Amino acid sequence: MRLQLPNPGLEDRILSHEELDKLETEEAGSGDRPKWDNKTQYMLTCVGFCVGLGNVWRFPYLCQSHGGGAFMIPFLILLVLEGVPLLHLEFAIGQRLRKGSLGVWSTIHPYLAGVGIASMFVSLMISLYYNTIMAWVMWYLFNSFQETLPWSQCPLNYNLTGLVSECEQSSPVDYFWYRETLNSTPDIGENGGLQWWMVLCLVSAWAVLYICIIRGIETTGKAVYVTSTLPYVVLSIFLIRGLTLKGSLSGVVFLFTPNLTELTNPTTWLDAGAQVFYSFSIAFGGLISFSSYNSVHNNCEQDAVIISAVNGFTSVYAATVIYTIIGFRATERFDNCLGGNILVLLNTFDLPEGNVTESNYDQVLQSLNGTHPEVIQGLNLKTCDLNTFLSEGVEGTGLAFIVFTEAITKMPASPVWSVLFFIMLFCLGLSSMFGNIEGVLVPLQDLGVFPKSWPKESTTGITCVLCCIVGLIFVQGSGNYWLSLFDSYGGSIPLLIIAFCEMVGVVYLYGIDRFNDDIEFMIGHKPNLFWQITWRFVSPAIMLVIFVFYFITKVTETLLYKTWNPESENFPTLEEKPYPAWIYVIIFILAGIPSLAVPGTALFRCLWRKRDRKSEQQELKTVSDQMDMNDKAQDGKSRT
Amino acid sequence: MPSLTVPPGAPPILQSLTVPPGAPPILQSLAVTLERMLVRILVLLYLAGAPALAQTLCQPNASNGYRVRISIKTALGNQAYEWNENEMFLFRATMAFAMRRYYKTETYNVDNIIVCNQTRRVSFWFVVISPENPTMLIPKADVEKAVSMSRHRINNAFLLTDRTLEFLGIYPTLAEPVNPDTPPWLIVFGVVIGAVFAGIIALLVSSLLQKRRKEKGMMEDGQDEEDRQMKGVENGINLDGIYNRGFTDDDRFTKL
Repeated sequence: MRLQLPNPGLEDRILSHEELDKLETEEAGSGDRPKWDNKTQYMLTCVGFCVGLGNVWRFPYLCQSHGGGAFMIPFLILLVLEGVPLLHLEFAIGQRLRKGSLGVWSTIHPYLAGVGIASMFVSLMISLYYNTIMAWVMWYLFNSFQETLPWSQCPLNYNLTGLVSECEQSSPVDYFWYRETLNSTPDIGENGGLQWWMVLCLVSAWAVLYICIIRGIETTGKAVYVTSTLPYVVLSIFLIRGLTLKGSLSGVVFLFTPNLTELTNPTTWLDAGAQVFYSFSIAFGGLISFSSYNSVHNNCEQDAVIISAVNGFTSVYAATVIYTIIGFRATERFDNCLGGNILVLLNTFDLPEGNVTESNYDQVLQSLNGTHPEVIQGLNLKTCDLNTFLSEGVEGTGLAFIVFTEAITKMPASPVWSVLFFIMLFCLGLSSMFGNIEGVLVPLQDLGVFPKSWPKESTTGITCVLCCIVGLIFVQGSGNYWLSLFDSYGGSIPLLIIAFCEMVGVVYLYGIDRFNDDIEFMIGHKPNLFWQITWRFVSPAIMLVIFVFYFITKVTETLLYKTWNPESENFPTLEEKPYPAWIYVIIFILAGIPSLAVPGTALFRCLWRKRDRKSEQQELKTVSDQMDMNDKAQDGKSRT
Repeated sequence: MPSLTVPPGAPPILQSLTVPPGAPPILQSLAVTLERMLVRILVLLYLAGAPALAQTLCQPNASNGYRVRISIKTALGNQAYEWNENEMFLFRATMAFAMRRYYKTETYNVDNIIVCNQTRRVSFWFVVISPENPTMLIPKADVEKAVSMSRHRINNAFLLTDRTLEFLGIYPTLAEPVNPDTPPWLIVFGVVIGAVFAGIIALLVSSLLQKRRKEKGMMEDGQDEEDRQMKGVENGINLDGIYNRGFTDDDRFTKL
């Protein structure tokens, strides 16, 4: 006997297998529900949703900081135990129940509607700030069409006597990012007003998104042919270019050198689990929607395995490419550092050029230190170590907009590489946005927020315009701080709760037996032992562990954020400041409302039902009981 | 009688060699040859001593001198030439050219540029002396201005740059930034947003047209069906041969 929670009325809410087959054969192309033109569109859309910016700028950092090649072990293990089962679950349930996320969870049990609502909230919040990152990418893309990239040199100051001091103290790339792009204020409380150039870029980002989703998957399906495939082309181009640059191999070697002691550190496993989870875009509701547009007998098991494999492969591939370029940048910095030291030695001791080279630098330095120690001390020579430069590993926006852009300025024909890189980032983000917006639009339709008579173009248009207006928060002077706030709290804890509830809901409320039968009906064979074990025990356990640790870490850590403050002492290092008190309210709204929507909706529905039942009972008292008994007798007869 | 006028700038010893007018001719010719010899000796001494004099003017850390540092290998790599006396000559000639250009005169010559303290690094000190007065040095500020004015020409003469041909103390002037009228990013933005909005409008219009066509088509189909049914009922005889009117007759009667 499997553990099954009572779920009355489930049969009434779902289509039976025979009805599904009828639906499949009778109407083809017409009807309410959209359909994929072909399997390729579906696969490309799902791959595009899963493969996003995180594969490019989060995974390489995690890999390098948690023991290089050794990180692959927890990553692959958790990919198989956590990622693939969750993916298969979402695909199967969407394909079976043929509804968006809200519809699916309300169908399984009315009390579970909160899961769908929570998914919608999370997708909405993530869409809001994710498109701002697209706006930043567009800004850099627009600025790449110049012969000298604007972030390659410092601008001159007002009297043309020297460079701008803020830029001189930090670096041209830092200055361009913090001052000319973000125009960052030193504190989250000072909002700094709207930055007009970023508003234009935000509007263009939403406009491009709108034109791609204007008719739902009809237009999205065409757009993904470009947005899902172009990143791979660009990554390959960068790989070839990167391997021909000096120092690239040292970067790749540094990335993959295994440090097996890291495996004993629990943070490594936690980070690997979190990375797998967030990378698969589970619990957004978008994947459920996408798979509900499939035909009933589509092989969702195969799809889940293929997409997981592609996602994992892309992470590793992107990490390799990124680290060839980082290796090149680190070697360039190292050469400059060493060259500077050599020049200082030559100038001080008036030695002919070529006497001190990189190979004999150490010997010469030692001998000179023996003969003239005070002079050498007074020179303040910098220590140049390649590994320090390589481990200046950065993640997130810092990697894309500071480190990588700096590396590009050092490559010949920089505008070409810059354009290619930012087009790749844009495509990666846009294809993820398709899934995010799907997770917002379909629940809104299911909730009936828009009248059914309105055409799809207007509903998508209104959603995009409203999101664009709310997204203006992120293009103020303090927008960067708001974005990282949303990223840390809006998109982390609620997703874990939703995913846990999804698994429990399908396995124990919908019933694993029924689920197995459904899958046998859809793809022809029952899911094997691996799926049974992972769905019922392993994956929920992993989700729970990750959630508990994440929650404890987030709650116990002191809330600090890093600011760009030219007035601070350690400038250009980012200054860490504590959040002001009113931010805690915002954090609670971001993380609390979606999480509380799950039990909240259940409670609401429960109370509503109790009220309905009470009024029903009252009615029964007034209507004669005899009628009821007669009906019951008749029903009993017809059933036998 | 040769005029025994002593030139005014002559040293005092020559000036004291005035022969009294009533002297016998042999004394006078002796005085003349002696004078000529002395002049030649003094000129020779002057010529020999001038460099020595000049050398004392040029010293490391001289108040009116500049230090020059040249890095040929850094700039040219494999195609580096060797620094020798000919290159030094070229340097002095270029500096003289710079001085000529600055003062807009043609009096400066290679001799006016004095170089000292060469090292293997290839660095040396130089001073500029005035062509009129060999003991007078041109002040530092003027030399700096002259160098700054012709810096580009000086660099090109040696195939070097501001960084590899350094005048220590003279900072290279920063290049003026090129400010286009419209920022380039705005142009790209305009192109992209124009294309996107054109696409949106095209899609909206096409979906509107599709809808209108569908509605029109449905209305026409509906009218056709009505006509057919009406015909069938009125005639009672099926001219098409497809639809069996028998069913319609039955429908008009109620079921038993």
